[in-house]
Amino acid sequence: MQPKTLYEKLFDSHVVREEAGTYLIYIDRHLVHEVTSPQAFDGLKMNHRPVWRSKSILAVPDHNVPTTDRSFGISDPISKIQVETLDDNCKHFGITQFAMNDIRQGIVHVIGPEQGSTLPGMTIVCGDSHTSTHGAFGALAIGIGTSEVEHVLATQCLILKKFKTMKVSVDGKLNKGITAKDIALTLIGRIGTAGGTGYAIELSGESIRSLSMEGRMTLCNMAIEAGARAGMIAADDVTISYIENKPFSPKGEELEKAKVYWKTLHSDQDARFDKTIVLNGHDILPQVTWGTSPEMVVNIDGMTPDPKKENDPSKRKSIEDALSYMGLESNFPINKINVDKIFIGSCTNSRIEDLREAAHVLKGKKIAKNIKLALVVPGSGLVKLQAENEGLDKIFIEAGFEWRSPGCSMCLAMNADRLSPGERCASTSNRNFEGRQGQGGRTHLVSPSMAAAASVYGHFVDIRTLN
Amino acid sequence: MKPFITHTGIVAPLDRANVDTDAIIPKQFLKLIKKTGFGPHLFDEWRYLDHGEPGMDLTRRKKNPDFVLNLPQYEKASILIARENFGCGSSREHAPWAIEDYGFKVILAPSFADIFFSNCFKNGLLPIVMPSQIIDDIFAAIKLNTPYTLTIDLENQHVILPSQEKINFEVDAFRKHCLINGLDDIGLTMQHSECIKQFEKNYYEINSWLL
Repeated sequence: MQPKTLYEKLFDSHVVREEAGTYLIYIDRHLVHEVTSPQAFDGLKMNHRPVWRSKSILAVPDHNVPTTDRSFGISDPISKIQVETLDDNCKHFGITQFAMNDIRQGIVHVIGPEQGSTLPGMTIVCGDSHTSTHGAFGALAIGIGTSEVEHVLATQCLILKKFKTMKVSVDGKLNKGITAKDIALTLIGRIGTAGGTGYAIELSGESIRSLSMEGRMTLCNMAIEAGARAGMIAADDVTISYIENKPFSPKGEELEKAKVYWKTLHSDQDARFDKTIVLNGHDILPQVTWGTSPEMVVNIDGMTPDPKKENDPSKRKSIEDALSYMGLESNFPINKINVDKIFIGSCTNSRIEDLREAAHVLKGKKIAKNIKLALVVPGSGLVKLQAENEGLDKIFIEAGFEWRSPGCSMCLAMNADRLSPGERCASTSNRNFEGRQGQGGRTHLVSPSMAAAASVYGHFVDIRTLN
Repeated sequence: MKPFITHTGIVAPLDRANVDTDAIIPKQFLKLIKKTGFGPHLFDEWRYLDHGEPGMDLTRRKKNPDFVLNLPQYEKASILIARENFGCGSSREHAPWAIEDYGFKVILAPSFADIFFSNCFKNGLLPIVMPSQIIDDIFAAIKLNTPYTLTIDLENQHVILPSQEKINFEVDAFRKHCLINGLDDIGLTMQHSECIKQFEKNYYEINSWLL
């Protein structure tokens, strides 16, 4: 039999029909949130179409929810309507939803895995580009638009063409203090934000195998920032032990049966990839973005670039525009950049290990005087509870952080959490686009420990130099 | 969806690479629950000097006089040209909704982000990938001749320059078929309902833990 990549195995096992290279692909899990679903549900109602398989859907409001006291509901009337619209649609179509005040509520890409509703071998979609997160489980997980949300609701299928395949091998061991976030940013710096366009990326190699499931999720989450709609990692014992005993995961005999299949979810020995990238884990250093695209990234000991050294006029203009927006000079040392705000959260870095990593840096320390606001927004109600049981909330609060309730929060600033014009933020989120965290706001993407360290010193510091 | 067959229109040059969906339609407008009305907020943070929120009185807002879409010669533009990786970032379909609602029918760029590219076709908007050199040439030609008009012939897959020179472009056959006929692809997939049911029967027999 022809050797297959993991992507090909996942794709081929879900083909309902094919016509001239256009495939109808069956979808196992559909995650839904309030922002990209209302128009899709409207479309179903207008055309009197039912939901094909309501059991496949898990819904949660996350983008708009306040992270402060929720007992009085949402004060922004437009956000309120959107969250209530999701409530109504879930009731109308019989869909399981963790509503805003449910302890299980959280960021859609945190709660799927947390509940065991993300499983190896699945096809998973969500009207959200960071759906690639779930590929960490050896699943084919892709972000879709609202028309496709409606298509999946109505037919349980998605119309797809095959992606090309890219293997990213991160060989060797990672240095102490280096996280999945640093691997992701290093990769994006190397191949660019369009480097993965048209590809499904499989991440492999010793450094990847050594990551926990949470680290793997951080890495696959950022595949879309490299342009790839899907990122994935083969299922192994780490994957399986994470899944066992989750509320929605299979149990008993069914679990044993599933495990046999899950263990086949890796690329075959001689599988052919359209492209291969090799990184050495040992060479990866703490990363900090300096510009307005995730590919504008350097090592912590680096400097902002010099546009004069760029020969391509279009690239030179991009560098000049980005430095100007970010309020930075060229050739400026990264570790001298002062920050105003700190954001620890988002579907990239808001899980319990992320909070432990940040708390470890903050223990017994205080945030610097120039920090106007430092936020920790746990990824779900259950992550928050776990952190409180471990006493992490106290470490954050004593350091001067605000301990908030779960949601997307200042990753995209749809709720009240945002930067003011000109403010500079060390953020564990995934996008540093202009205005992403608030109009005129300046975002530097970093790992949780690097964000925590920046909060203590008031500027970026090399996490490896701290005890 | 309205069928797309041919289109002739003025081209507006947006000389930027990596135009992301946050720039195309900022997040505060994603709170709206309808598909229409996003056009006035297309590129909101670039088009206006003040901060925009849904429901604002647009006549009172201060426009950025330097932004390309605010220049009088591009007022009636219906074709947008931009640099690499247009539409990168989030999956928000509000981005093509805003572009279409503003009045654009076609976007030309050397490359597009995957999700955005796919979203365009669902909304009667045609994204066309053209080699960088041709995009450079069109940018240069617009500087010399404004208004610069192009005709897009989807049936024959031609971009027709003012000189009447025809440049071929690629488009996926299925997407082209849906655009030309204004087809709703849910309706098309529904025609294969029996096929989906048969797939499910076999699939859940093997993968019973997913039931």
